[in-house]
Amino acid sequence: MSVLDKLLPEFFIKVDREVCIKCGQCVKNCGFSALMQDKDKNVKPIHEKCVACQRCMYICPTKAIQIIKFPGTQKHNDYWKPEYIKNIKKQANSGGILLTAAGNDKPYPVIFDRLLLDACQVTNPSIDPLREPMEIISYLGEKPIDISLEFRDNKYVLKDNIKPNIKLNSPIIFAAMSYGAISLNAHKALAKAARECGILMNTGEGGLHKDLYEYSDNIIVQVASGRFGVSPEYLKRAAAIEIKIGQGAKPGIGGHLPGYKVDNEVSSTRMIPKGTDALSPAPHHDIYSIEDLAQLIASLKETVDYSKPVGVKIAAVHNIAAIASGVARADADYIVIDGFRGGTGAAPAMIRDHIGIPIELAIAAVDDRLRKEKIRNKVSIVAAGGIRHAADMAKALALGADFVTIGTVALIAMGCTLCQKCYTGNCSWGIATQRPELVERLNPDEASKKLINLIRGWSLELKEIMGALGINAIESLVGNRERLRALELSRETLEVLGVKPAGR
Amino acid sequence: MIPAEEHIPSGCAAAGIMNKSGVRISGDAIMDMMSVMHSRSNGLGGGFAAYGIYPEIPDYYCLHIMFDNESAKREVDSLIEENFITERQEKIPTRNIKEIKDPPLLWRYFVLPKPDKLIAKNIDANDFVVRLVMLINTRIPGSYVNSSGKNMGVFKGVGYPEDIGRFFMLEKYSAYIWTAHGRFPTNTPGWWAGAHPFSILDWTVVHNGEISSYGINKRFLETYGYECVLLTDTEVIAYTFDLLVRKHGLPLEIACNVVASKFWKDIEIMPEEERKLHTALRMTYGNLLLNGPFAIIVATNNYMMGLNDRIKLRPLVYGKKGDFSYLASEESSIRKIENNLEKVYSLVAGKPLKVEVNKDVCA
Repeated sequence: MSVLDKLLPEFFIKVDREVCIKCGQCVKNCGFSALMQDKDKNVKPIHEKCVACQRCMYICPTKAIQIIKFPGTQKHNDYWKPEYIKNIKKQANSGGILLTAAGNDKPYPVIFDRLLLDACQVTNPSIDPLREPMEIISYLGEKPIDISLEFRDNKYVLKDNIKPNIKLNSPIIFAAMSYGAISLNAHKALAKAARECGILMNTGEGGLHKDLYEYSDNIIVQVASGRFGVSPEYLKRAAAIEIKIGQGAKPGIGGHLPGYKVDNEVSSTRMIPKGTDALSPAPHHDIYSIEDLAQLIASLKETVDYSKPVGVKIAAVHNIAAIASGVARADADYIVIDGFRGGTGAAPAMIRDHIGIPIELAIAAVDDRLRKEKIRNKVSIVAAGGIRHAADMAKALALGADFVTIGTVALIAMGCTLCQKCYTGNCSWGIATQRPELVERLNPDEASKKLINLIRGWSLELKEIMGALGINAIESLVGNRERLRALELSRETLEVLGVKPAGR
Repeated sequence: MIPAEEHIPSGCAAAGIMNKSGVRISGDAIMDMMSVMHSRSNGLGGGFAAYGIYPEIPDYYCLHIMFDNESAKREVDSLIEENFITERQEKIPTRNIKEIKDPPLLWRYFVLPKPDKLIAKNIDANDFVVRLVMLINTRIPGSYVNSSGKNMGVFKGVGYPEDIGRFFMLEKYSAYIWTAHGRFPTNTPGWWAGAHPFSILDWTVVHNGEISSYGINKRFLETYGYECVLLTDTEVIAYTFDLLVRKHGLPLEIACNVVASKFWKDIEIMPEEERKLHTALRMTYGNLLLNGPFAIIVATNNYMMGLNDRIKLRPLVYGKKGDFSYLASEESSIRKIENNLEKVYSLVAGKPLKVEVNKDVCA
């Protein structure tokens, strides 16, 4: 190896010899083999392998380990950032595509942070959610444009049935994360929490493991281009079905689960041979037009006797409003719009960081377009990609979303430290891995408790926000842009968002 | 006239009188009711709706329109001439009083849509009038339609309600339903078109409160062709009732379950059919839930209705004596004109109270 092949480490592991008791827990817990012990049990770091997953720091009983940014420096250059230089060197060595994971972490302006929620004063009292009913139940699916009644037995009753909808106790859905990309224990935790909270989890494109069958009423199953695990049985064992066309982290890019993540269980769940790469192409090879999509939606509905909603997930791109209109007209019951901050287990870095548009703009544009075309009732809008806290959720709803999905947030609740190395399969926290010794680190019961607490906390915060806005039903928040004001956004952005500047 | 640039929240006083036999009484009584609640207004808005005031010409739509200037009127005149047969048009009589300053031009037109226009657009007369009202409000700057129903009219402006009543000489009109409003806008100056009642066809609404859901109510209604340009939250209420009851054919009591919907906790324990109905109402019309404090009096040619928000954040009192029914923000307002009431009580949160005129009154 020449000196040109060498890369400087990103992180530096400091072990305090005076505090270290040489128990070796850090070495055992590092999923990336960045620590070893010599013959005297002294802990030796291998800085190049460290991804700052922080497992060793959490596990060390004496807190003898610190991970810091590698202290070496290059000559300052505002244009040629260290990351770019490192990437050039990596590619000069490998000739490959740069991979990364989790969401886009680039410093694009965050519109959510430039939106402020309103509050009641004097003439319009705020509502105390601790004492007054505060309703956040939401229904996923197509709504009627009007309703027909008949007068029977001295009362009005509904004449026609409403198309299938799913009742959620809170407008939150666990985002699609496939079994394969994340561990079975992580999936179990998500499913259990979804059932407990009365919400939904999404299996992603990885099929449905038999251990999750008992959670059917709280599961969305995905039909992606690879058709992994898809069978009539699979479709019938879910509350809703979702066709995945695109994903915010990698619009226009297919999926790739490397063979080393395909163990026996993943193999049988996905219905593919063990150890083979699971490639889901960017296009569905039976969908080359909106008519084709309509046909697939129709076939899926037919398969389940029109008993459950069928949704479509698309990435947020510049003409998203027209695309969403087409999808609604193709008879989707809900549309997931995934913004460019969406997470992923693995994506080409250049795609993740440079393609797509922010979810805030996409939601506003889609909600507007569907209302102008008078078809807003035909679909629920689900905002995905980069929702970080309950206020982001409230803002997304006010812009026009009926639901939000949380993926990265759910992973963090379970222990993820955003080291962004999911694609290596070495997750030290047992989340984004199939290595049995790592998977067993994640206790599904404990993780589900964390998720339940998180959903409870966000739901309470959402109610508090609604109370401050003087509303007690979520139907009055969804699409209510009057309750938002913008700080220092351009006139054009305000126009797309349909939001007034702060002070007006 | 001050053009509104913002949605204007309001506090306010509301009152209504109805005689179910169709006995028409002069505007003195309702002005008396409003004078008791003087301090609930601040002089920046007052208005009245009166039903049965044009018995000599009951089958014609009467458009009460206010204009900022002559050129706005000319534009509207030509639009009306193109689309309507006009039986009569005239300035709305007013008297000069010092309390009312800078009134706009106030005009009324008794019209019927031209049959060929209805045929060409394949539209019924009510929808045609609604479209024209929206067109005038949105496309002709400085012109605002205050009312557009038959045998009724809205009289409103900037001032205390009792002054507005004197300005319009309401003592000379007689009506079997009167509703009235005194406004207390807090964020922006009052303006003539922003006063209550808000109206479309023969629906009128007066409102005490502030609609926090205004933003989404407005956006929902816009998908059905209702343009909310008067920038005051109450405007959406009039359009909501027109959409739900006239356009979608819901009974009034069901429409009230949209604007003040049942809580989910109550829906969940209902018998199955009732539960299905109320679930469907919330799923279909959730965006029309009027959230925030409100006490409203809704009137048409056939009835007067009072309704509070579902957690009762504003007062509304009902009183009855013989054929007369009364609604008001304060009981004292009712007792000012009828102290010997047979019944008097406060409305319950979210439960409408409807009093109807006898069938032959509007036949």
